[in-house]
Amino acid sequence: MATKGPMQDPSVDPVIDPMIDPRTGEYAVIAPGHNFKSVTQKIAGIVLTSNTPLGWFFGLIVAAGVAMGLVIGCTWLFLKGVGIWGVTIPGAWGFAIINFVWWIGIGHAGTLISAILLLFKQTWRNSINRFAEAMTIFAVVCAGTFPLIHVGRPWLAYWLFPYPNTMNVWPQFRSPLAWDVFAVSTYASISIIFWYIGMIPDFGTLRDRATMPAAKYFYGMLSLGWRGSTRHWIRYESASLLLAGLSTPLVLSVHTVISFDFAVAALAGWHTTIFPPYFVAGAVYSGFAMVLTLAIPIRKFYHMEDLVTLRHLDNMAKVMLATGSIVAYGYGMEVFMAWFSASHWEFFMMWNRMFGPMGWAYWILILTNIAIPLTTLWSRKLRVNVTFLFILSLIVNTGMWFERFVIVVTSLYREYLPSSWGTYRATKWDYMIYVGTMGLFTFLFFLFVRFLPMIPMSEIRMMLPQTKVTRGVDAETATEETA
Amino acid sequence: MPPREGVYGLLAEFNTPSELVHATEEAHRAGYRRMECYTPYPVEEAAEALHFHKTRVPLVCLIGGLMGVTTAFLMETWINVWAYPLNIAGRPLFSWPAFIIPAYEWTILFAGFSAALGMIALNGLPQLYHPVFNAPNFRNGATTDKFFLCLEAVDPKFSLSETRAFLEQFPAVSVVEVDH
Repeated sequence: MATKGPMQDPSVDPVIDPMIDPRTGEYAVIAPGHNFKSVTQKIAGIVLTSNTPLGWFFGLIVAAGVAMGLVIGCTWLFLKGVGIWGVTIPGAWGFAIINFVWWIGIGHAGTLISAILLLFKQTWRNSINRFAEAMTIFAVVCAGTFPLIHVGRPWLAYWLFPYPNTMNVWPQFRSPLAWDVFAVSTYASISIIFWYIGMIPDFGTLRDRATMPAAKYFYGMLSLGWRGSTRHWIRYESASLLLAGLSTPLVLSVHTVISFDFAVAALAGWHTTIFPPYFVAGAVYSGFAMVLTLAIPIRKFYHMEDLVTLRHLDNMAKVMLATGSIVAYGYGMEVFMAWFSASHWEFFMMWNRMFGPMGWAYWILILTNIAIPLTTLWSRKLRVNVTFLFILSLIVNTGMWFERFVIVVTSLYREYLPSSWGTYRATKWDYMIYVGTMGLFTFLFFLFVRFLPMIPMSEIRMMLPQTKVTRGVDAETATEETA
Repeated sequence: MPPREGVYGLLAEFNTPSELVHATEEAHRAGYRRMECYTPYPVEEAAEALHFHKTRVPLVCLIGGLMGVTTAFLMETWINVWAYPLNIAGRPLFSWPAFIIPAYEWTILFAGFSAALGMIALNGLPQLYHPVFNAPNFRNGATTDKFFLCLEAVDPKFSLSETRAFLEQFPAVSVVEVDH
């Protein structure tokens, strides 16, 4: 038992693989042999290098090209109006709301990693926290686009906010759509400030290591003159913990409020109490899938396998397994409640969702969100298989998009009165704008990995064994040993 | 304020956090009070050695949160009851359960901004100039892998020669004079 931990996989020999901790049989969070200087050089080097990899330019250009879809789509939309989309009565909510919920959900894993895992003292999160937070912000940018362009007259979108105006008109706070404005704008603001606060010490490092005057100036300004003073660090840590403590109820509330957009409406398929927890779990599920989609190519491209190790991928896969199971329970409960409620409308909605003309979407959802991930993720071998995880993360993200599609479309298009039944068909503009936001997201992410430290250097330093402070007699012997 | 001149303090550089904490504890025992540690990551033991325990960041955060909840709730009540009363399916104008949700969000918004900006303000940031940046070895190490202790000249016990001798008894990489 002393050498073999409970997680030991007999097929992996700990002697051969230096990444495996022989005591626990787990993969190490940081590859052995790193010190303060080496982690700093490695992470800062990506930002401060004068040799930008050609692949980065290539990726940026491709992403910018895809993002043009958003620009063109929105231009045509502003010229013509929302009539160019597939939305109509009864399917008055289409891609815009589906994509909005999908993107916001993706963002939630970033906050979960940066806030909730910090409160739970899960130090492995340190390596992935920065780019998960960046993912949150870029996902919120993409998400926020949709309600704005969906309002019909986007140049008046600021009417959503309560501000004194000559029309003497104010928002109506009993509407979930007004709650949404508060939830999403708070979420964006807090995510940005948390992200920035987290980067201040790293900006200090970049300022001190930069050689180009422009870089020194740029990072120097952003660092606010950070000098690593201990009194500053204590206040900094206090503020970080507080922000984590505040972000945790925030992230749960944001997707809860978004689920209220549906749950408050008296429509079969929407009007259920299970929506808030099931939306939050689904959000985290898709968000972790997106972190994997991003982390796997980045760690490969920038040779970050020693800082974002198989342990991180394994742990993220486990979180996906847990949240995916909650989502599966949610689906099960929806079906059960449709039967148990003895409501004719609920029963028909569920039957129509499964076997109606759009039943294919429901079964794609079950296949991609439940059948494939929740059977395979139990295997540790597959959880540390990078290629498999990458493909799985794409499958789950597809599945989560279909979940929102199923909720929005199949509840709406055959509602109470058969005489008003219709169908929903997305147009090429719907697809173009949706794909365009993916381009925008990738474009912003490419800029992020090039110009900002994608792994928090100060937090990685805290995970190294050299941080241990020995006292008194021990300190002197320790000094002698190092000397 | 007249431009300050002369010596700001003596800056000792260490290789390990243990050496820094040890030196700081000894300096405190020797009677030095105006001193500061500079480290590339938070070293809680150094804060203990400096006898720095309390921060007011949580208090600022609490005040911000209370302001947020009050502002949002009063604003909603004023808007929906007096400024622009609307009959929405016969619901009462003062629908306080519905008002909780934006009030909850603004509690977090105000508290979060108070914590972040309060931390920056209490730290005296942004402060782009500081005397320790004048030390030739500071910027190479303080944000990367070195640990610094600065005994400041404003301390009544400070004397350039004695303090230097005091710092040199520790295994410091260097002890340098820092000017304003």
